Amino acid sequence: MKKIGVLAMQGAVDEHLKKLKAVGAAGRKIRSEDELDQIDGIIIPGGESTAIGKLLEAFGLMEPLHKKIDAGMPVWGTCAGMILLAKHICDQKKTYLNAMDILVRRNAYGGQLDSFTAMQRVKHVSANEIPMVFIRAPYIDKADKGVEILAETRGHIIAAKQKNMLATSFHPELTADNSFHKYFVELC
Amino acid sequence: MESRYQLNKDLAQMLKGGVIMDVTNVEQAQTAEEAGAVAVMALERVPADIRREGGVARMSDPKMIREIKEIVSIPVMAKARIGHFVEAQILEAVGIDYIDESEVLTPADNTNHIDKASFKIPFVCGARNLGEALRRIGEGASMIRTKGEAGTGNVVEAVTHMRTMLNDIRRVKLASPMELMSIAKDFGAPIDLIKYVHDNGSLPVVNFAAGGIATPADAALMMQLGVDGVFVGSGIFKSGNPMKRARAIVEAVTYYNDPQRLAKISEDLGPAMVGINIESIDEKEKFADRGW
Repeated sequence: MKKIGVLAMQGAVDEHLKKLKAVGAAGRKIRSEDELDQIDGIIIPGGESTAIGKLLEAFGLMEPLHKKIDAGMPVWGTCAGMILLAKHICDQKKTYLNAMDILVRRNAYGGQLDSFTAMQRVKHVSANEIPMVFIRAPYIDKADKGVEILAETRGHIIAAKQKNMLATSFHPELTADNSFHKYFVELC
Repeated sequence: MESRYQLNKDLAQMLKGGVIMDVTNVEQAQTAEEAGAVAVMALERVPADIRREGGVARMSDPKMIREIKEIVSIPVMAKARIGHFVEAQILEAVGIDYIDESEVLTPADNTNHIDKASFKIPFVCGARNLGEALRRIGEGASMIRTKGEAGTGNVVEAVTHMRTMLNDIRRVKLASPMELMSIAKDFGAPIDLIKYVHDNGSLPVVNFAAGGIATPADAALMMQLGVDGVFVGSGIFKSGNPMKRARAIVEAVTYYNDPQRLAKISEDLGPAMVGINIESIDEKEKFADRGW
């Protein structure tokens, strides 16, 4: 059984663990460097990217996690996780894991009153439309050539893949659909 | 409507494992964000000052809330008085992310809480026990927090409310289906929500701790008791070194189960807020008894 970590600094960790269980993987919470060595892939969950970023720095996890991703460990960032993976963030200099060649816009749709749901097909992931939940979500403003676009909605990129890295603006862990978690576990 | 309510519950999911901090101006909001808060609660006076100064406590100036909203990228919450649905309408118009229908402000209605289901914006409400939590959820709250006793720097009431909630949940979970209506009557709670708790063994929404949390150890205590995250009101900006203490409380909520790390996190934070013994507060002055 594949062991998939869920970065447990802050955010919707348990929802990802439940999904991993549902698709037959062993999920575990990751809070230390040692734990990073015991997994086949890692999910960076939704939450507040500023808070997760501070905690990664405060406890010396930023560098080790960056190295793991650089060495090819599969990683999937949802929402805040997408922001943490990005090499560029609109209107701010500060970046975090600096891993994916994407420019992301934070709170791209606005505040909570602008949060929404959609149904959409996602390349490689599902032949059928799957439900998508966008909570104060970011989107990808620009993606470099090496980045494969998996889905767009309302004219913006909301799912993308680059080598071992996957990023989504939305939260598959909050819906009844398991196809995204299945897809990620297969990558690991 | 159902999907909007779901989206609002989902935002609360994103706040889990985080700290929501009371701030009274732009500088404090920046400090909170810099320290790793997952949201800020914009208000004119922190509960400790409301308690000391007395008078009627109302919704904050929308201008001040707007300024804070402009300066931070994390969600912004603000408080409306219990039952004051027009304050809630105004806050929704300002376009913040969450409203706290709060006992810390002076209630505007002695009988009714806001009909939260009629709003698009999400609400968090305080509760002392399961019945109160389910009444608020029944009205449309998409997040719950313990009431605790705000502005005291004393965690005892938050602990009492959380333990009461857990005992109530246990009772509902272990009850036989035929007992549920009688429990709903005892608790004064909607039967469909009592059934939910019976089937799932938990609240249908995220539950945070609030009211008296002043130290990293207080925050970790509440996390170990099973809350999803914490609100810190007066505890940060009434302490000797707000930035340091805010950071420490954020870290303690992540590593709440790791005493070695908690020891380190708790070191050298400067003086905590002074604090008040609950017994010394006049019964009529208790915030937690506001609302029903």
